[in-house]
Amino acid sequence: MTDSDEIDLNALGNDELVAQMHDDLYDGLKEEIEEGVNILLGRGWEPYQVLTDALVEGMRIVGIDFRDGILFVPEVLLSAGAMKGGMTILRPLLAETGAPPVGKIVIGTVKGDIHDIGKNLVSMMMEGAGFEVIDLGINNPVENYLEALEEHKPDILGMSALLTTTMPYMKTVIETLQDKGLRDDYFVMVGGAPLSEEFGKAIGADAYCRDAAVSVDTAKEFMERKRNQPSKTSS
Amino acid sequence: MGVVEAAALAARQSVMIIACGALAREILAIKRMNDMEHVSLNCLPAELHNRPERIAGAVQDAIIRARPNYGHIVVAYADCGTGGALDKVLEAENVERLEGPHCYAFYSGLDNFFDLGERDIDTFYLTDFLARHFDKLVYAALGLDRHPELRDEYFRHYSRLVYLAQTEDPELRAKAQHAAERLCLKFEMRHTGYGGLQSFIAAL
Repeated sequence: MTDSDEIDLNALGNDELVAQMHDDLYDGLKEEIEEGVNILLGRGWEPYQVLTDALVEGMRIVGIDFRDGILFVPEVLLSAGAMKGGMTILRPLLAETGAPPVGKIVIGTVKGDIHDIGKNLVSMMMEGAGFEVIDLGINNPVENYLEALEEHKPDILGMSALLTTTMPYMKTVIETLQDKGLRDDYFVMVGGAPLSEEFGKAIGADAYCRDAAVSVDTAKEFMERKRNQPSKTSS
Repeated sequence: MGVVEAAALAARQSVMIIACGALAREILAIKRMNDMEHVSLNCLPAELHNRPERIAGAVQDAIIRARPNYGHIVVAYADCGTGGALDKVLEAENVERLEGPHCYAFYSGLDNFFDLGERDIDTFYLTDFLARHFDKLVYAALGLDRHPELRDEYFRHYSRLVYLAQTEDPELRAKAQHAAERLCLKFEMRHTGYGGLQSFIAAL
C-alpha cells in the first residue's frame, strides 16, 4: 500500500504511526511492525493498547480484504508473520500485566489433517483478542482433545480441517463428548475450507466459523452468553 | 425418420462430460482409445481448484447450459474440496460424478487410496497435470515464487511428494522430481494410469 522505506516511523504522530502500522501489516512488513510496536511502547502505550489498536485492527482489515477476494492466502500469511513479530514483543509484557484472559480455547486440527494455516490464524487472532489459547497442533485424535479439555478446562473447543476426508472426524469428537456427558460443558466451534454452516449444524457444533475474524467474534459472543448463563459450562 | 426427429434422437444419445480442466488431456486420451465420438467434453478452468467454493456453482451453470443439447450429462469432478456442495447440486440436477474426494483418489483407486491414507498423511500429491503446471498452479498460486520464505508455512508438516503418474513421460517425471526438490520434500513416483477415470469414461 505504501513505500515504508521512505518513512521514518519515529517521526510520525501516534495516529499516523498506527495507520502506517496497519499499512505495514497489510504489506506483511515484519521489521516495520516490530519497530512500530517498540516505538509505541517507548511512548508509554500500554501493551494491550498497542495490540488492539495497531495489530488486531490491522489484521481485521487484512481479514476483510481476504474475505472479499482482494487479498489471497500468501499475502495473509505474510501479514500474519508480521503480526507474529509484534506479538513476540508484546506477549511477555501482556503476561506481566496479569489481566485475566477473556476466555480460554483449546484448538487443533483433527485426526488425519496436517493443514494448520487456518488454525494458526485463528489461534493468533484469538490470542490478540485476549483469549488464552491452548494449541494442540495437527492431527489430533479424540483422546488429545479429551485430555486437553480435562487438563485446561477451557470455555471453547475449536476444531479445524481442510480435507473433505477428515472433516467428518469432527463429528466423532462431538459424539464422544456427548457419550461422556461433556458436550454441554464447552462451546464447540469448527472451521476449515470445505466446511459450511450446514455441516456445522449437522455434526452438532455450536458454530461454524468461516474465517479467523468470525471465529473471534463468535468466541466473544459465546463468552458474553456464558456470562449471562453461568450454568452453561462447568469451569 | 425426418431430419428433426433424427436430430432429436442424436441429441438423446449424445453424452456431455463436464470436467475439471485438470482432466482434459486424460479424458480426451480415454475418448480416443475407446472411439467415443458420441461423447463431448466441456472443461471448466483448472484454476477453480484453488477456489473450490466456486466449483459447485460453475458446474451447475454448465449443466444447465448443456441440458437442452445432450441426453446424458456426467461430471468429471470428485468432491474436490467442495465439502459436499457439489453433491448437492448434482443431486438436484440428477447428474453423476466421479467417485471419491479428489483426483488423487480416483487415479490411485479408491480402496487403495484410503488404505494408504493413514500412511500418506504427510504426502503432497502431483498428477501429470499438476506436474506439468506446477510452476503456475502450485508454486506461484501459493506465492512461493515471490516469497519462498513461506515454504514452511505451507509444507512444514509434509515429508514427501508423491507423483501419481498417468502416463510414462520422463519429462513429467523430471518436472515432478524438480518440484519435490523445490519444496524440500522426498520424491516418490507411483504409476497409476488413468485409474477410476478410465472406467468412468469408458462406460459412457
